Amino acid sequence: MKAKVYVTLKNSVLDPQGKAIKHSVELLGYQGVSDIRQGKYFEIALDGGLTEDDARQEATRMAREVLSNPIIEDFRVEIEK
Amino acid sequence: MKFGVIVFPGSNCDHDAYHVISKHVGQPVDFIWHRDTDLSSYDAVIIPGGFSYGDYLRAGALASFSPVMTSVKKFAAQDKLVLGICNGFQILCEAGLLPGALIRNRELHFVCEHVNVRVESTDTPFTHELQRGQVLKMPIAHAEGNYVCDETTFTELSRENRIIFRYCDAHGQATDETNVNGSRDNIAGICSPGRNVMGLMPHPERACEDALGSSDGRGLFHSLVGALAAAA
Repeated sequence: MKAKVYVTLKNSVLDPQGKAIKHSVELLGYQGVSDIRQGKYFEIALDGGLTEDDARQEATRMAREVLSNPIIEDFRVEIEK
Repeated sequence: MKFGVIVFPGSNCDHDAYHVISKHVGQPVDFIWHRDTDLSSYDAVIIPGGFSYGDYLRAGALASFSPVMTSVKKFAAQDKLVLGICNGFQILCEAGLLPGALIRNRELHFVCEHVNVRVESTDTPFTHELQRGQVLKMPIAHAEGNYVCDETTFTELSRENRIIFRYCDAHGQATDETNVNGSRDNIAGICSPGRNVMGLMPHPERACEDALGSSDGRGLFHSLVGALAAAA
């Protein structure tokens, strides 16, 4: 089983890296880009014996305590069987 | 009085801090490896600058989960003194000993230069021998020094006089131009509600000898020693 965790900066937090990336994208001529926000993606291989609910709970706890900083970031967890 | 300098894999200002405590302050000091947990013989602990764990995940994040940090939290809860410099400030924020977070500099660059900071409060064990409004010249060297916090935290920090340093010019004016990394309200250093834990991005330990461009950092360490002597 695999947990996928997406960590993104909260909307209220400025993302200077995202802004720089957007600038480069625009330099290359891409049209219609109103914003780019950079985030982090984690793939966590979990023990096959876990139920989906347990896996989600463990991954969520990990995301809250380690993978994200709740002061500046939000996260989302997906479980893949 | 005894000082401890915590060493994580990737700390690189640990020897500077050790040098200043032993040479300029003339006090006994030990290095404390991040896996050690016994802080009982220390009166003050310094979390030095560097790139603990290569800044993986978030600057200071992985270090904040080190065994020694559980002991540092207990140490701080006993009103003992904890000073976090640069990466040490980031670690203290990640560990929840100081509020807010330090994110990527506004202009994205790693900034390595001498800057001026204004002393905003002398009501801490780290600054009581300084003057309010005094301008200190100290080096900074960081890519993640942009201090952010929510409105509630900011109001609390302001009301409780816990913003200790602000980036400013040589005359003490804090403006957007002097805000080297985009920190909220030019914040360069803050302290805990109990005022015994302080974090700052500039490096006072690298500003204790004229040959290094400034000796303005000495005042912090002399304050620290004065506070410990008074408490003894």
